[in-house]
Amino acid sequence: MRIIEPHIHMVSRTTDDYRAMAIAGIHTVTEPAFWAGFDRGSASGFRDYFHQLTVAEPARAARYGIRHYCWICLNPKEAEDLRLADDVLQIIPDYLDRPTVLGVGEIGLNKNSRNELSVLERQIAIAADHNQLILVHTPHLEDKRKGTRLIMDAIRNERRIDPGRVVIDHGEEHTVGEILDRGFWVGLTLYPTSKCSPERAVDLLEIHGMNRIWLNSAADWGVSDPLATLKAAEEMRRRGHPQSAIDKVFYDNPRTFLSQCPKFAA
Amino acid sequence: MTAQQVLDAGFLDARARLLEVAALLDRVDRTHNAAEGRADFRYRALVQALQILTTATEDRAKALLVCWSDPTQEPRPSAIGLKAAVGAWDGVRP
Repeated sequence: MRIIEPHIHMVSRTTDDYRAMAIAGIHTVTEPAFWAGFDRGSASGFRDYFHQLTVAEPARAARYGIRHYCWICLNPKEAEDLRLADDVLQIIPDYLDRPTVLGVGEIGLNKNSRNELSVLERQIAIAADHNQLILVHTPHLEDKRKGTRLIMDAIRNERRIDPGRVVIDHGEEHTVGEILDRGFWVGLTLYPTSKCSPERAVDLLEIHGMNRIWLNSAADWGVSDPLATLKAAEEMRRRGHPQSAIDKVFYDNPRTFLSQCPKFAA
Repeated sequence: MTAQQVLDAGFLDARARLLEVAALLDRVDRTHNAAEGRADFRYRALVQALQILTTATEDRAKALLVCWSDPTQEPRPSAIGLKAAVGAWDGVRP
């Protein structure tokens, strides 16, 4: 089976995970820039992180025959500090032309604050200025529904952005319909407790159809599973979905979206 | 899949999870400050969810997530000092 893992934070994973993913048929991954588990003190910390994403990690992945792509941004959790945000947003364009950078992400909101929203709008403008794809992080738990709506409004306010070039990730039952209705792609994240189980994710595929949708593990330094997509694929198989549908969800769909960036090949 | 097959695959797991909810509420009720526990927004969120499950006839998962969500529309003035999301809206945070 071929799987594209479109959202995973490999900087937080061990080399054993690369090996396990390669054996399982995951030979292409994309890694959005995210929160490191602590707030960085200056833009120089982000320069090091962006170097890791664009140089070090692709080399580590290549040892296992895995193509590694990434997304560059200031994550929403560190966007409350506007002085830091100013500094980081200035350096982001320096990285967008690198050969494995697919776009701007994962931008979005964390606690739905005014500063977060302001920084989100500025990063949407950067994406528009540089004709980049966008990968969006939606807030957690009780903040998700409101945040997803604020994010979609902000993107639609930037007329230069085609919603078909934006994936809004971490969708759940109360947000997926609205995201698709507004023309965006949607991502479903497979997490043990805080997001979708494989069973709920497959329910959502059955309810909303299999167009403009992808599944991912978003595995990071927390409780997460880099092979979670395989478990959702198995749930589809167990329910009797044909192999062609499984291939569409886990390979064709992410390839279709990501191929809108000419640098992407799977 | 047939309805029987869906129940065959999922009933025991769902039963176990529902028992955990019941046991958690019982555990709170046995504490020395049970009244405080019953007033906590998380306890009330679970009780409200159980009420939804007994009345809703479709889209139950969506209804629970909406029930636990922040219903306001304006951005918060600031995120400084706010704790991580807990899974249900407490109704008072700015």
